[in-house]
Amino acid sequence: MNAIETKQLTKFYGCHRAIEAVDLEVAEGDFFGFIGPNGAGKSTTIRTLLGFLRPTSGEARIFGKAVGGNQPDILSDIGYLPSESGYYDKMKVSELLKLSAELRRKDCRQEGKLLCERLDLDPTRKIRELSLGNRKKLGIICALQHKPRLYILDEPTSGLDPLIQKEFYSILQERNRDGATVFLSSHVLSEIGRYCKTAAVISKGSILACDRVEKLGHRDVKRVILRGVEKLPQIPHGRDLHLEGDTLRFLYSGDGKSLLSHLSQINFEDLTITDPDLEEIFLHYYAKEAEA
Amino acid sequence: MTLYIHELKRGKPALIIWTAVLSFMLGLCILIYPEMAAQIDEVSAIFSDMGSFSAAFGMDQLSFGEFGGYFGIECGNTLGIGGGLFAALLGISALAQEEGDRTAEFLLCHPVSRMYVFRQKLAAVLTRILIHNLLVAVLSLGAMAVIGESLGAKTLLLLFGSYTLMELEIACLTFALSAYLRKNSLAIGLALAMGLYFGNLLSNLVEELKFLKYLSPYAYTDPAYILNEGSLPWKYLLTGAVLSIIALTPAAIHYRRKDIL
Repeated sequence: MNAIETKQLTKFYGCHRAIEAVDLEVAEGDFFGFIGPNGAGKSTTIRTLLGFLRPTSGEARIFGKAVGGNQPDILSDIGYLPSESGYYDKMKVSELLKLSAELRRKDCRQEGKLLCERLDLDPTRKIRELSLGNRKKLGIICALQHKPRLYILDEPTSGLDPLIQKEFYSILQERNRDGATVFLSSHVLSEIGRYCKTAAVISKGSILACDRVEKLGHRDVKRVILRGVEKLPQIPHGRDLHLEGDTLRFLYSGDGKSLLSHLSQINFEDLTITDPDLEEIFLHYYAKEAEA
Repeated sequence: MTLYIHELKRGKPALIIWTAVLSFMLGLCILIYPEMAAQIDEVSAIFSDMGSFSAAFGMDQLSFGEFGGYFGIECGNTLGIGGGLFAALLGISALAQEEGDRTAEFLLCHPVSRMYVFRQKLAAVLTRILIHNLLVAVLSLGAMAVIGESLGAKTLLLLFGSYTLMELEIACLTFALSAYLRKNSLAIGLALAMGLYFGNLLSNLVEELKFLKYLSPYAYTDPAYILNEGSLPWKYLLTGAVLSIIALTPAAIHYRRKDIL
């Protein structure tokens, strides 16, 4: 069963298109990354999945249940971390965690305490006194303490220091190994590359690519490095050409035979062809979209 | 009940402050009555002889020389304006504040329906108004006991009951408005409460504006009617109840479907 499934999911705010015809399938047990720049439609997609926004057209399902139907039933399976959220500032951390657990009708005291310890958050502190990073930790604990089947995390690590980020991902990996599905949005590509099994790239409200993370790097683009080059050559289908000293680097999106044919006309000493890293792929997709 | 209890706890400081301030003002009004009574003939003549002003506040139908008349006008206005503003603030901020403070996402990501949120928040607002009025009434009775005055159980019940019902209606109307707003707009709530108050005053002055009595909940807090008739103006009360239901029903439907941005 898919944990998340959207079909032609579209949301307009008046005339402004936020997302259009978004098709996503996130299998149960997956660790799914949702990559896109600011304003690409990541949060709109997520907020539509949670029922905060009503889609203009299309549909979304969580564990096979239609979003917008019995929403409390759907939400009981989800742990959600918003990218920016307010909390009741006059409450203490422990009080908010208690309120969250009570709204879920679950006893999460043990797990909440453990997560506070692992993420180094003092439960006795007032929320209004918390730094941005500590507020993020509070949101994470609220999303995790009831051990849901599906985690939907919108930009989860912004504001967290590297040590806490590591601990946070370690917790997510544990939950994922236990069978939970993780769906997280980010524009930090290294995170997606390091932790996610599957990823989708979204830009200007549309999905540009969706595949296993390792396969995304094997798409129709290669990183080519030539050494011993004297001047910047013309390479059809070459992009992002940089000549530093005698080293030429570029991304190539044509077929292999043509590349070799072009290279045969250039003088060089050494050739390296590799898969680009996720960041380069990401930029490549955006460049392709811009051309279109 | 979780959200209901949470709302009551969250609203406790405002409830205490408003109750304390209004009780203090009302208590003061009651406690200075003996002083006023000493000069009552002079005062009565002044207040009942101010033309339209007297008519607007019902002072032409009540005697300042009696505690009932004094309480109905002076204390009634204090409780009417203060209580109306309190009810408006509670109602207008109930739903919109969650969106304005960006706590709506936190709340609505839990397994609760929008209708649950609507119902629990409305119940919490109405409960706070009931507690507020009960405390104000008890403290006012205390002040009356100090000066040795009383209005009888039935009159007191009708007077305090009418203000409670007025506040409940204002809370329902502003709560309904709150469902359409995206941020806490206290000014809208206060303007509505004041608009209803002045609408009732105008209806006392201008014959053509009598219909405003059907729209303003202040119409059924008219102390002259309550003290002279010994009952509440039920036709206005009934209209108020219908208006509240008419306002709340589409607000609930809208809130259930609205985008939480």
